[in-house]
Amino acid sequence: MRRAGIVALNTFREAVRDRVLYSLVFFALLMMVAAIVVGQISIGIEESVIVSLGLSAISVIGLLISIFLGVALVSKEMEKRTLFALLAKPVRRWEFLLGKFGGLVLTLAVNTAAMALGLLLVMLYVKHTLERSDAVVLVAVYFILLKLALIVALALLFSCYTTPLLAILFTAGLYIVGLYVQELRNLPVDVMNPGTAAFTKWLSYLLPNFENFNVMALAAHGRAVPGALILQNTLYAVIYCSMVLTAASVVFSRRNLK
Amino acid sequence: MPGSAIEIENLTKEYPFGFLHLRKKTSLEGLNMQVETGEVFGFIGPNGAGKSTTIKLLMGLIFPTAGNARILGKPISDVEMHRDIGYLPEQPYFYDYLTAAEVLDYFARFHDLTAADRKERVQRMLKKVGLETAGKIQLRKYSKGMLQRVGLAQAILHDPKLVILDEPMSGLDPVGRREVRDIILELKRDGKTVMFSTHILSDAEVLCDRVGVIVGGKLRGVGAPGQMVDMKTQGMEIVFELPAGSNAPLLSKVTKMGERYRLQVPEEELYAAIEQLRGAGARIHSVTQVKATLEEFFMNLVEADRAQAAAVEVNGK
Ligand SMILES: Nc1ncnc2c1ncn2[C@@H]1O[C@H](COP(=O)(O)OP(=O)(O)OP(=O)(O)O)[C@@H](O)[C@H]1O
Ligand SMILES: [Mg+2]
Repeated sequence: MRRAGIVALNTFREAVRDRVLYSLVFFALLMMVAAIVVGQISIGIEESVIVSLGLSAISVIGLLISIFLGVALVSKEMEKRTLFALLAKPVRRWEFLLGKFGGLVLTLAVNTAAMALGLLLVMLYVKHTLERSDAVVLVAVYFILLKLALIVALALLFSCYTTPLLAILFTAGLYIVGLYVQELRNLPVDVMNPGTAAFTKWLSYLLPNFENFNVMALAAHGRAVPGALILQNTLYAVIYCSMVLTAASVVFSRRNLK
Repeated sequence: MPGSAIEIENLTKEYPFGFLHLRKKTSLEGLNMQVETGEVFGFIGPNGAGKSTTIKLLMGLIFPTAGNARILGKPISDVEMHRDIGYLPEQPYFYDYLTAAEVLDYFARFHDLTAADRKERVQRMLKKVGLETAGKIQLRKYSKGMLQRVGLAQAILHDPKLVILDEPMSGLDPVGRREVRDIILELKRDGKTVMFSTHILSDAEVLCDRVGVIVGGKLRGVGAPGQMVDMKTQGMEIVFELPAGSNAPLLSKVTKMGERYRLQVPEEELYAAIEQLRGAGARIHSVTQVKATLEEFFMNLVEADRAQAAAVEVNGK
């Protein structure tokens, strides 16, 4: 675990030096423009527009970082052969993977937290006050972060056994599918033949479900998110990430390095 | 500590290739070899012989198709044993967003050293490999030889008992090569075991207690560099002059070098050759023993291997 921590801190340092946090500048500019524009059309919906826009931006920026950097985490080290010297140190391969994962999630957490702070500032600017109910925005941001962690885990898994380009496509594809898994579960199973029904059910539980992580509608209207959902999503993310990372470790531990 | 630092048993590596990976290329075939504690062992062979393959198998970077190996008495799958070994990869590359000092510090962290100890060691190692002035430059601005030096520094940073170096001299200038030779000798003086691969036979000849020669994935000989040379029959070289217009019977085997002629004969035929030369009126300048070098031994093996490969190809078709 300590060794995974060493890898994680270096991964964070790499992300910072690769100027990942510059995405914050982009976010800041976007929110400033939005605040000015929305401020002019004010008819009482400024807040929900700002919140929706802000959360969407946080989500999209995070998604881009987690997919592209998530796939690069391991594949770049293999391609550049920086792994050779590292794995000759007393580090197990799963410790390396866990560290890489942890490092990028840490990066995303810092990045997302900074953007959330920015969003709160813009809300304050538009509304001139912050209420207790605005805390729902923080819950929404937390859910986005959980979702991003899941994506990083998936990107890591794919990059362990395929090329970076394919891994990016798979991860992005799975993310899109994951937005609609709920529909798959709601399919009218009784009209299908039993084989297809069982397969659909299996698939709907195997695929990541991102729908529950989206509470933008609640947040935009300042409505509270039930505590049970927070617990459920946290558990879901932890368990799903653990399973994906375990699978990645199994694949990666047998891999011959070029 | 007696015993072998590295014991390799029947180590084999095949790479699948071609359609559906149905065909296999054997990069290493049933390698049996020991590296004794405290010795400097040279691993020599032509390009593609399987040197790096062997070393990567030992380091657990790739996995054997068959066979196994033990390092310092532990199976190679045991990562904890890496505490006591240092490894320099072939054409090393490190995180280019870090400086040399940062990379070394990062690697040192895996060895449970205190911050003060790490700092002191990093400085000492940078000095040892001649990078003390470049320690604060990002590695993306390093030259090939400088990266090689960083690689060497990280291999010996934690005071390992066994050091495995894959072509430590490659990319280095003459000064750097000399420094690497000194480092290897210093490791030996400190009682460490060193195994290194190289193409530079003269380096192997002066540095190694023993060398292993590998060609085409197969080990062709192990022994002290001097002994290996003895395996080849030695000859005698006669240098002579001929009076104008005369013809010596041995002349077909002779090479002309300016005014003089050079003739190489097996040792047992030396006196017969001298008799014949005297009969032809030759004036002998010198007779010297021709010492086969490690290089010749090596070249013979490589050529034999090529000939065999060609024969196999012809028979196969
Ligand atoms: N990943 C791989 N896939 C397929 N074949 C490989 C792979 N890696 C190495 N080989 C083959 O294994 C053989 C041995 O390669 P290896 O790198 O061990 O040679 P080497 O002795 O280190 O040569 P060099 O002196 O050029 O470094 C070569 O024929 C090479 O083509
Ligand atoms: Mg090699």
